[in-house]
Amino acid sequence: MWIELLGWLGQPDYWVAVLRIATPLIFGTLGVLLCERAGVLNLGIEGIMVIGAFTGWLAVHAGAGLWTGVLIAALCGAAFGALHALLTVLLGLSQHVSGLGVTLLGISLSSYAYRLSFPQVSTPPTIVPFAPMDGLGIPVLAQQTPLTLLALLAVPLLAYLLQRTPLGLALRMVGESPASAEGQGLSVLGLRCGAVIAGSALMGVAGSFLTLSAFNAFYFNMVNGRGWICVALVVFAGWRPGKALLGALLFAFCDTLQLRLQQGGHAAVPYQVYLMLPYLLSILALVVMARRAQYPQALMQPYRRGER
Amino acid sequence: MRLEAREQTSAGWALAAPLLAVALTLLACAGLLVWAGAPVGRAYALLFDGAFGSRLALTETLTRATPLILTGLAVAVAFRARLYNIGAEGQLYLGALAAVAVGGLHGGSGWDLPPAVLYPLMLLAGMAAGAALLLGPAWLKLRFGVDEVVTTLLLNFIALLLVSMLLDGVMKDPLAMGWPQSVAIRDELVFAQLLERSRVHSGLLWALGAALALWALERYTRFGLAMRAVGANARAARFAGLPVKRVMLATAALSGALAGLAGVGEVAGRAGYVTLDMSPGYGYSGIVIAMLAQLHPLGVVLAALFVAGTLVGADSMSRALGVPSYLADVIVAVSLLAMLVTGLAARYRLRWS
Amino acid sequence: MTATGAPVLRLRGIGKRFGPVIANADISLELARGEVLALLGENGAGKSTLVSILFGHYRADSGSIEAFGQPLPPGDPAAALAAGIGMVHQHFTLADNLTVLENILIGTEPLWQPFSRRRAALARIHDTAARFGLAVDPAARVARLSVGEKQRVEILKALYRGARVLILDEPTAVLTPQESSALFATLKELVAEGLSIIFISHKLDEVLAVSDRVAVLRGGRLVAERAVAETSKAELATLMVGREVKLPQRALSVPGPLRLRLRGVRVDGHGAQPRLDGVDLEVHGGEIVAIAGVSGNGQAALAELLCGLCAASAGRVELDGRPLPADPAALLALGVGRIPEDRTGIGTIGDLPVWQNAILERWRSPRFSRWGLLRRGAARAFTQQLVAAGDVRLGSIEQPARGLSGGNLQKLVLGRALDGEPGLIIAQQPSWGLDIGAVAAVHERLLAARARGAALLLISEDLDEVFALADRIAVMSHGQLGPARPGAEWTLASLGLAMAGARHDAA
Repeated sequence: MWIELLGWLGQPDYWVAVLRIATPLIFGTLGVLLCERAGVLNLGIEGIMVIGAFTGWLAVHAGAGLWTGVLIAALCGAAFGALHALLTVLLGLSQHVSGLGVTLLGISLSSYAYRLSFPQVSTPPTIVPFAPMDGLGIPVLAQQTPLTLLALLAVPLLAYLLQRTPLGLALRMVGESPASAEGQGLSVLGLRCGAVIAGSALMGVAGSFLTLSAFNAFYFNMVNGRGWICVALVVFAGWRPGKALLGALLFAFCDTLQLRLQQGGHAAVPYQVYLMLPYLLSILALVVMARRAQYPQALMQPYRRGER
Repeated sequence: MRLEAREQTSAGWALAAPLLAVALTLLACAGLLVWAGAPVGRAYALLFDGAFGSRLALTETLTRATPLILTGLAVAVAFRARLYNIGAEGQLYLGALAAVAVGGLHGGSGWDLPPAVLYPLMLLAGMAAGAALLLGPAWLKLRFGVDEVVTTLLLNFIALLLVSMLLDGVMKDPLAMGWPQSVAIRDELVFAQLLERSRVHSGLLWALGAALALWALERYTRFGLAMRAVGANARAARFAGLPVKRVMLATAALSGALAGLAGVGEVAGRAGYVTLDMSPGYGYSGIVIAMLAQLHPLGVVLAALFVAGTLVGADSMSRALGVPSYLADVIVAVSLLAMLVTGLAARYRLRWS
Repeated sequence: MTATGAPVLRLRGIGKRFGPVIANADISLELARGEVLALLGENGAGKSTLVSILFGHYRADSGSIEAFGQPLPPGDPAAALAAGIGMVHQHFTLADNLTVLENILIGTEPLWQPFSRRRAALARIHDTAARFGLAVDPAARVARLSVGEKQRVEILKALYRGARVLILDEPTAVLTPQESSALFATLKELVAEGLSIIFISHKLDEVLAVSDRVAVLRGGRLVAERAVAETSKAELATLMVGREVKLPQRALSVPGPLRLRLRGVRVDGHGAQPRLDGVDLEVHGGEIVAIAGVSGNGQAALAELLCGLCAASAGRVELDGRPLPADPAALLALGVGRIPEDRTGIGTIGDLPVWQNAILERWRSPRFSRWGLLRRGAARAFTQQLVAAGDVRLGSIEQPARGLSGGNLQKLVLGRALDGEPGLIIAQQPSWGLDIGAVAAVHERLLAARARGAALLLISEDLDEVFALADRIAVMSHGQLGPARPGAEWTLASLGLAMAGARHDAA
């Protein structure tokens, strides 16, 4: 079995799969990270990814270009983020419950709209997804679609934004100490809303990767907990974009491994055990990191001006 | 415009908030009906009729409400102690599995015990299984500070895969011709039919009894006081000498047990066996129900009837008008968000300045 | 110092209510260039509200503000900053996880600028710091700084964005007397450069020492303005309180048997530094031993230890010769009464009705529950009695505790802690944030407990309170506790030195 494993690691295919599996996780994790750095937990991610997957695919199916599809997914994600921001930032409501509500809404609305648009289909209609970037010339990356490249570029970009720009400092400040940010004339509510909306747009893109790149159709359960895994990955990453990338890749590595093992057909172990591994791994990551984690200090604390 | 905290939560608003939330929800979802080209008034009338308009409709709604009351209570009691149990779905499935493990034919326990013994054993096993699934995350929260929301969410997926595995394996019904379906429970253990010519079963009594018991527990017992104290301010509760961790764990056990009982009811009262699509998200709906009820155990019963009625009514409305029945899920989701907003009115008043 | 020219700040008729509470009523004030104006008043007199309005945290219900001749838009901190008003809050508004540089830089650059000019900023910070004697390391994480350093960062932050008016809200509350002197020196430098300063305090001595002019607030109203040269401590005290202050009568007490004894107690913290280290302490029945010290020197750890919230990692803690359990419930059973510092966060549960808060510490006692059921009647009767005996003013015992004012809440906490005549009482900052009437009531009850033979440990940062109540005083500094010596042997100066960490024998 170990020899088999080494054999897999030698194949570029294996790494191609790792990167493909990691891509939506990278987008999603960055989205969660951005929200949480500004102090807002966004459990809407699961539903927002579904919305992104659905709207992106629907747009392309209706004749729009692939990039337009991604843009629409981002915009729809942002719209749901705006809803979450309205409830949690402006009205100061429970971030847990609001996030779950957004998730339930995203999932149910996608299902409703899908059924309404395609009442009688038995097999899901397909589109032509993104093609691999064959011209790129870099081995594993050339077999990925441009969205993967975008995800990889987004990581240093977000890291730079957070660490090196005034805007990033302001975002971190509202997640650490909103009172100080306001004391320096920054709009806490504005910054938090912006972070939630932008983070949700990233989540929408994460969803669109599934329908526009990984697959070519929309299925009801296609997100299947990936959003929750992103939430766990952010804790694992200690709220750092670089480590988030690492976490997503590590996770994808294990996921690819379990897929190979599944296909390897070790019949003694039911395939469901392999499928459980990603979720168990996420819980494990949370347990390992929870003690060391340095949470943004104002995470989940609503901010109301002038309230005593 | 700004919000100003009320000194005392307004009782009138507390009652009006869920009603207003439902009204807002129906208003918002009217847009979806228009989009589907359905006449709004007629659609809602059909929905209401399909939920409560006939004996059949009413009994179907009651049958649907049975597991929803229990998952709603499970969430309400956990949220009361500020334990965010989002895992009622998984706990329900494990409860169902445990019921079949104890009371199933063929691959079941195989214990040759009289039904009078097996019946309570089946209930207890289901509750214990549900409780166990929540005790894990609760313990991780207390021991390592791991956020229970994410862990319970992830455990839902794990629980469902476990069910799938067992339905492929030891619990597979050999007579089901390849359908992923568990063995059936023994006839002696099936819950009694409550109303003739209906699917309403005695699980409803268990659910109503649980709601009453929980209400009394919260109001009249010292454990109820401890639970509320821990939920409202754990640090102050610890300072006052309350065993915070034990109260949290006991609450987790109680919450998980209620969700587990919902699973037992679905097996013993309705289906007779476990399938992978046994729960169309009852656990998640439980969150909506608990919030609509503002965590009040008796309110949970009403909120569960609303959600059950929506699900049942939407099915029949969908058949009549061709509107996708997913509308029910949208209504449930929107009502949660609307409830959050209207609930604010009970605690704050709007000031214009 | 001479104040010249047009006023830099002009407040006209400022009024502000919070619900039924009038925080500010018709306050008009002016601040001249190069002037230090002290806002003097008791807790709750409206000082903090007034400066919060000035800085735009709150929006006044009435009145207007002019800064440097221009009207200041209300409710907008950004506008106040732009007008050259800087504020140093009592509770620092710094992000612990960020560096000093980041905390100073925040909000000074255009938000959408794609880069940050850190090098230039560093140079300016060094420059300003050197000029006013405000040394800090810009690269340090704020969490690692001492309280005095954090305050310096706050002042730097205000100066960095060109503040011409500096508001300091109770700046000395967290400082040792020596650190306070350093702060006052800095303030003199600032004023010499032409800055104006508003200085909030309720301490008469420091007001007289640093300010040019004093404005006295009482009950939300401006009751007097005096030039420091033309007033006296006695006059200011009378103006501030509005009536004569009655000090509680302390009868002489005869110390009884040894009740509480700590030997070489150590409590470990998260870092390498222990929170308590080698603490020895004895408290007898019938005496009050006070632990004085600057906040954050281990008092919290000592309070937690004695309230049963944490255990000693080394050494012995004994009550009446037996080890003290590290469990609040067991502690309560042994007859220990505890008055926590944070009455809203720890002492009571705001969401629960008053009567449930009253019985919370005795939730298992057969007095209030039988077979797991609450005896609601008995609990309510007990609460009524507690409320009547402690003169707690409230609407109903069914109302949530959060609706009670600070003083009434503290009376409730006090009544609960003193019920059943505990033999040992741990009181942490028992009169913090209370108005003077409530302070007297709290002190009276503590002295009454002493009179009946209870052992009291008072942990307080308020030196007036320490001197008023304590039979013996010990000073805590850096987790270590000095010897407890009779109150008469201490002076303010020797206490201050000890608080700053000097060895006692050097004092």
